[in-house]
Amino acid sequence: MNRHFFGDTIVLLGRSLRHITRSLDTIITTAVMPIAFMLLFVYVFGGAIDTGSVPYVNYLLPGILLITVASGIAYTAFRLFTDMKSGIFARFQSMPTARSSLLWAHVLTSLVANAISLTVVVIVALLMGFRSAAGVAAWLAVAGILVLFTLALTWIAVIPGLTAKTVDGASAFSYPLIFLPFISSAFVPTGTMPGWLRAFAENQPVTAIVNTIRALFAGQPAGDGIWTALAWCAGILVIAYFLAMNTYRRKIS
Amino acid sequence: MTTYAIQVQGLEKSYDRLRVLRGVDFAVARGSIFALLGSNGAGKTTAVNILSTLLKADAGTARVNGFDVATQAAQVRESISLTGQFAAVDEILTGRENLVLVARLRHLNDAGAIADDLLRRFSLTDAGARRVSTYSGGMRRRLDIAMSLIGDPPVVFLDEPTTGLDPQARIEVWQAVRALADNGTTVLLTTQYLEEAEQLADRIAILHQGRIIVDGTLAELKRLLPPAKVEYVEKQPTLEEVFLSLVGAGGKDGDPGGPRALLPR
Repeated sequence: MNRHFFGDTIVLLGRSLRHITRSLDTIITTAVMPIAFMLLFVYVFGGAIDTGSVPYVNYLLPGILLITVASGIAYTAFRLFTDMKSGIFARFQSMPTARSSLLWAHVLTSLVANAISLTVVVIVALLMGFRSAAGVAAWLAVAGILVLFTLALTWIAVIPGLTAKTVDGASAFSYPLIFLPFISSAFVPTGTMPGWLRAFAENQPVTAIVNTIRALFAGQPAGDGIWTALAWCAGILVIAYFLAMNTYRRKIS
Repeated sequence: MTTYAIQVQGLEKSYDRLRVLRGVDFAVARGSIFALLGSNGAGKTTAVNILSTLLKADAGTARVNGFDVATQAAQVRESISLTGQFAAVDEILTGRENLVLVARLRHLNDAGAIADDLLRRFSLTDAGARRVSTYSGGMRRRLDIAMSLIGDPPVVFLDEPTTGLDPQARIEVWQAVRALADNGTTVLLTTQYLEEAEQLADRIAILHQGRIIVDGTLAELKRLLPPAKVEYVEKQPTLEEVFLSLVGAGGKDGDPGGPRALLPR
């Protein structure tokens, strides 16, 4: 590893944090769509969805948090794409700067930006009546899962950010990720879905992650599901990281 | 070890089946300005990108400041700076923040003082606290070149530094380039403007279809054609001369210093 890796990453992180603090609108718009979904489902559809004794906003919030991350990482891809196209990447690459610092700065910025959007969404949920029985440890566990999930999706976002030909291409990859929670236990219990769809819904990563966060918020033991959720996050993270790094190396050599 | 700051031998590069460079050879003496002249698509940018370690060559060798670009890329990066075809500046940061950023990434102490000094030399002091997205094309290019000078790299690559600039801004850039060479920096510049090469370069090479077809001083290149005939032609002012005399030498973009402020310290 280049001896300047940490120093350079901090300098470049400072740069991209300035980008997000000077365009706070990107963070707000990231939070707007999930909040709109939350309002729509809690006040319009929620009454018709049977989630037993659980208030629907409590049921819904974990899935909304994942949608927030999925729409947030589109901006990571966008910021990377802008750096590639403006030539500023080439400038940094021709300098005695640690090369992977450039990517890490964007990845860490994605964590910060998503943390802000997630906080905004949770505050709105609290205003809408979301209540949690979770203790400090459970909240930390939720935060840890969301960090891991954000990292995994961010490394996926790096790939289109580096390879896209147009701005639209750089962010279009996030649409399937945003809609994946709809075919999971995030909005409605999977029990009413037709068999083949139910099989997909129950075995895709969003369901495992949503069920785990829901249990942690409810102050219940997360059970074995937490290991499935963590395995999905870690697996996606590792594969996306290596694919992204591979793409990066091909791009810069 | 050598008087050449850049030595290139047998450089080849293909993209799929398109052979962009087909055996390029040239050498650039230390402290000189070398112009690589060619039309669009001749391979100028590819050559510069290989020399600045952004691309790997398929064959051939290239040494910059005595270091091999393939095996000693880190030392090459310590020795060079690249000003690409498009002003690679951060639009969201201010001009000063851009300079400080590059100084920090070059691991220099006192990045703030370096930034202030360059803002002054490039007549950008007043604009230093403004976001670059508010700058004109000429100001952007000046900032871009200022960013390339941080850390005083002995070799500077300028890839089409005046493409898209108005005549005044182009003259400002030329003065900055001359000032660089006067301070002993080796400059390799690519251009498609013949006049630019004529104005600036100690040596000119013409890159055509992936090969250097001629390489020499301006006088040497001129000798390639039949000797000059004496003819009497009525001298008409060019539109550029008319434009510059009408607009005057005064500053633009609100900077009072004008082109003279680009002269060396």
